[in-house]
Amino acid sequence: MSANAVSQAAAPLEPPVPTKKPVKTTGLHIGEAGPGCAKVDPILVVDNVRRTFGGLTAVDVAHLEVPRGAITALIGPNGAGKTTLFNLLTGFDKPNDGKWTFDGRSLAGVPAYKVARMGQIRTFQLTKALGLLTVMDNMLLGAKGQTGENMFRALMPFLWRNQEEENRAKALDLLTRFKLETKKNDYAASLSGGQRKLLEMARALMSDPTLVMLDEPMAGVNPALTQSLLDHILNLKSQGMTVLFVEHDMHMVRHIADWVIVMAEGKVVAEGDPHEVMQNPAVIDAYLGQHHDEDIGVDPDTETEHVSAIKELLDDER
Amino acid sequence: MDWGAIFSNAAVELISPTTAAYALAALGLAVHFGYTGLLNFGQAGFMALGAYGYAISILTFGFPVWGAFLVGVGASVIFALILGIPTLRLRADYLAIVTIAAAEIVRLLFTTNTYASVTGSANGLSGYKNEFAALNPLADGTYGFGPFTNNAYDTWLRIVAWSIVILAALLVWQIMRSPWGRVIKGIREDEDAVRALGKNVYAYKMQSLIFGGVLGTIAGMIFALPRAVVPSNYQTTLTFFIYAILLLGGAATVLGPIIGSMIFWVLLSFFSGFVARAVEAGWLPFMTSIQGGQLRFILVGVAIMLIVIFRPQGVFGNKKELAFVR
Repeated sequence: MSANAVSQAAAPLEPPVPTKKPVKTTGLHIGEAGPGCAKVDPILVVDNVRRTFGGLTAVDVAHLEVPRGAITALIGPNGAGKTTLFNLLTGFDKPNDGKWTFDGRSLAGVPAYKVARMGQIRTFQLTKALGLLTVMDNMLLGAKGQTGENMFRALMPFLWRNQEEENRAKALDLLTRFKLETKKNDYAASLSGGQRKLLEMARALMSDPTLVMLDEPMAGVNPALTQSLLDHILNLKSQGMTVLFVEHDMHMVRHIADWVIVMAEGKVVAEGDPHEVMQNPAVIDAYLGQHHDEDIGVDPDTETEHVSAIKELLDDER
Repeated sequence: MDWGAIFSNAAVELISPTTAAYALAALGLAVHFGYTGLLNFGQAGFMALGAYGYAISILTFGFPVWGAFLVGVGASVIFALILGIPTLRLRADYLAIVTIAAAEIVRLLFTTNTYASVTGSANGLSGYKNEFAALNPLADGTYGFGPFTNNAYDTWLRIVAWSIVILAALLVWQIMRSPWGRVIKGIREDEDAVRALGKNVYAYKMQSLIFGGVLGTIAGMIFALPRAVVPSNYQTTLTFFIYAILLLGGAATVLGPIIGSMIFWVLLSFFSGFVARAVEAGWLPFMTSIQGGQLRFILVGVAIMLIVIFRPQGVFGNKKELAFVR
């Protein structure tokens, strides 16, 4: 498959009518859409963040802005540094150098728990439901500023009982929205993989975050639950939250994302509207490799995988 | 065979101060291991600090009982900080290695001849009981019934020891059902997830290490009151006995460590009495009475293995929790 063939196949055809058309936010960027382009109202600004593991540069982002109030997808082939960037931005890993701000406040060197308290909450690629806690306890853990979480005040229930009741009501409300309310007294370990993803997202919402960062929210979720997860993510936006998510499922990215950031080999190689960015030669290069039209003895399996990923993109475009 | 004596000796252990001390130390370990997931293998070190802190304060510095108590508690807080600051940021198994080594360092420091004038070296310390006995409000005489008959000092000691155990159990029970306890249990399940929810995991782990360590220290003081303080009592086997008690009763429970300690000591005393008399009666012709003394630990080990195999969650543990163990 040549680059020529790709652009031919990508020619606009009659689009199918989606069952539920998400409202896309547009006009997010200033000037030309490209790697590191400025945004009208950025919530997260990254400058020269670099992280190396030995000789390997996992992340080297010169400049990146994440638009506020929109759903931004972070895509890229395996090993592009998406999860590493996530870890750096949330304080779970420390970069070699660089600085980044969230809502105007610098986050460099701020520990993960403080980042979360500022309103930037993340989920994990491998779901981290707290198995031997009940679903309700999982939810309650998400609430911010709990009086009873101080060791000494914990011994005086009258100090935190009212707050606990409020949190419980809020948790129940969220669980109802995520259709987990019947499971509230079960151990989180008894939930299915998809339900755990839902629980993790609901738990993150307990703290009323301003930026929700989802690391592969669809990984390992069955198609029936995928639809409801998509709706939940769209709901986050309608409630005024900003969403940044890593995803491999291109259908989903195109369906819900307002803005797409493409990473390859640690760098941001393209940015833009989901429909346009996938026709960008840099994106095709990122997925297929720069020398995709030359036979350089690439492992045929990975090659097929990437070709099918691109085909998926193009099919979706129709 | 005098079954009456065997059973009554075993029953004595049910409420003995040593049982209370082991119960309290196991409760501290339940906070560490059962609730927080901290692998503390140095509970013997915390107990040694309590025992020595109390004894040295009274013998060398002439402190009152409450002062000696505070010195012991203070020493264990400092010990927990020293252990925790470098290791709590690392993976759980590092704490296990560091605590087992630190407990041995503590014991060897108390054993070394250099400080013999204060620590009594390998002979240990004794003669620190008068201050505690002086607080005894009970008149001289015997109290209790059947196997639980004791003189005034021993009754006083039992009352104090078990009151502390009950208070500590209520404290652990209350704090573990509070939001603080919820964070602690969350850390046991997955500390990164808890960190991502905005909790200062490091501070919580430190608080838990100190809390459980202080319980172990108070246990060390109770352990020292009916006997002398001898460094060889605080070897790693002590920690392992306490772990056995904890697993026997149920790791993340409040009643487990207490009942576990009672079962452990009653069984130990029963087997000890039984084997000694069986050797005397010639039932075990291949065995001397010294070997018989060792056999009791083998039998207790077998009994604990049976409980752990057929009831792995412990006596009070929740079977449901095990169904999902990773």
